[in-house]
Amino acid sequence: MIVAKRKPFDEIKDFLKDYKKVLTAGCGTCVAVCLAGGEKEVSVLNAELDMARRLDNKPIELGAITIERQCDREYLEALDSMVEGYDAVLSLACGAGIQFLAERYPEKPVFPGVDTTFIGVNQDVGWYEERCRSCSSCVLGMTAGICPVTMCAKGLYNGPCGGTNKGSCEISKDQPCAWYMIYERLSKQNRLDNILKITPVQDWQNQKPRTVIQPGYKTSENSAEK
Amino acid sequence: MKSESNLEKVLSAGHFAFTGELGPPRGTNAEEVRKKAAFLKGNVDAVNITDNQTAVVRMSSWAASLILIQEGLEPNFQMVCRDRNRLAMQSDILGASAHGIKNMLCLSGDHQSFGDHPMAKSVFDIDSIQLIGMVKQMRDEGTFLSGNKLDEPPKMFIGAAANPFAEPYEWRALRLAKKIAAGADFVQTQCIYNMDRFREFMKRAVDMGLTEKCYILAGVTPLKSVGMAKYMAGSVPGMDVPDELIERVKGAGKGKAAEEGIKIAVEQIQEFKEMEGVAGVHLMAIEWEHRVPEIAKMAGVLPRPVV
Repeated sequence: MIVAKRKPFDEIKDFLKDYKKVLTAGCGTCVAVCLAGGEKEVSVLNAELDMARRLDNKPIELGAITIERQCDREYLEALDSMVEGYDAVLSLACGAGIQFLAERYPEKPVFPGVDTTFIGVNQDVGWYEERCRSCSSCVLGMTAGICPVTMCAKGLYNGPCGGTNKGSCEISKDQPCAWYMIYERLSKQNRLDNILKITPVQDWQNQKPRTVIQPGYKTSENSAEK
Repeated sequence: MKSESNLEKVLSAGHFAFTGELGPPRGTNAEEVRKKAAFLKGNVDAVNITDNQTAVVRMSSWAASLILIQEGLEPNFQMVCRDRNRLAMQSDILGASAHGIKNMLCLSGDHQSFGDHPMAKSVFDIDSIQLIGMVKQMRDEGTFLSGNKLDEPPKMFIGAAANPFAEPYEWRALRLAKKIAAGADFVQTQCIYNMDRFREFMKRAVDMGLTEKCYILAGVTPLKSVGMAKYMAGSVPGMDVPDELIERVKGAGKGKAAEEGIKIAVEQIQEFKEMEGVAGVHLMAIEWEHRVPEIAKMAGVLPRPVV
């Protein structure tokens, strides 16, 4: 899932300083699961904002809504009639959702309430770890299911480098060396030959905005896939 | 000859090579480079010029390399993958070659979090093994990485680093083999303190036939003090400093640690001269360039061959 964390309160408060009526929009998918931007977080944030603005003698009227997915037009429709009545929108969706909202309501200032952080896994309640950089050319088949692009601090394709430190990365003893793990796992699976070959230079696919149109959905209008 | 560099000539003539190292200044102080270079002149075959080592900004390695050429020394231009993408790398390689730089050492580079701009965005467009391959392609095929032809190939003697001490140990010789397959002509190793481990590594390299394909220079950094020994042991990733060695430096007594460190380095160099597969020594006397002449003399590597 996409993992986000709430922005510092003062930064959010500063975004909204000139507005008196703001709609806080949560998203019910990834950011709700990672406890950053779902219904509960919307209500907590609104309570904090309400109190802070009262203390400043600048009361604010806050609306709250959480839709299933802000990255999907189908669900955004539910917002159309509501947004009209507010000066600004504070979105707690990931960066994609926030942009989709801003694009739909170009006259309305839309602000981010979270920092979108990574694609990751749930290690425990409230504890998430990054696993994927969405590079568009997955090498997990070669690397025993451990991503060197994400998990190696240098994103090396022919590691481990000389900085590997008793199974840890040179940047920190708490950060496992991805290539050490790749080596160990491949070695156990008798697949070391995978990494004895030189992996050639990457054709980076993520250096410009990407579009995917799945086979079967291409039309003459949308077929200019990037 | 691939490059006609002095280092290549020394090694291919079968001499035991002896290379030094020089860190560029944290400013425009060319005089400092000249001063350090003076201690190395005549005592080494080539001088590694580090590239923003430990991710701290310094005068660029190609620029300091040019100062060395002006001073009549041969630079070994280091290039890390952290700070440049493939475009910048290739253009710097062309420029370096055009100005007479004939040796290159291709490295990954320390992570930026160690340095003075820890929040910088790193590049790592290509990795060190891919960089070795790219320089080889430019030199031998006369083409850019893209495959397009270039006008006058850069004649570089291609170097790589090897760390015999980082785990998994079995991987170290395999990675060395990968670097050689990519195109490394010579290799300079991480600073060696654990001689047992290094002997094992060299035996493996010899058994795998790697020393037939590539010159291996053993890395030596004299310990200046007990503090430095402890720091190397505890805080430098991938470094292996046995306790006995720290004890030996400590045992030398107050004010004598540096002399003991030099003595250890000299003993190491003497063993490397006899060790199968070792083609030379790379002396990294960090901020200790002025001690290089006496170390070279004591180790019996002078005079340097004129080839």
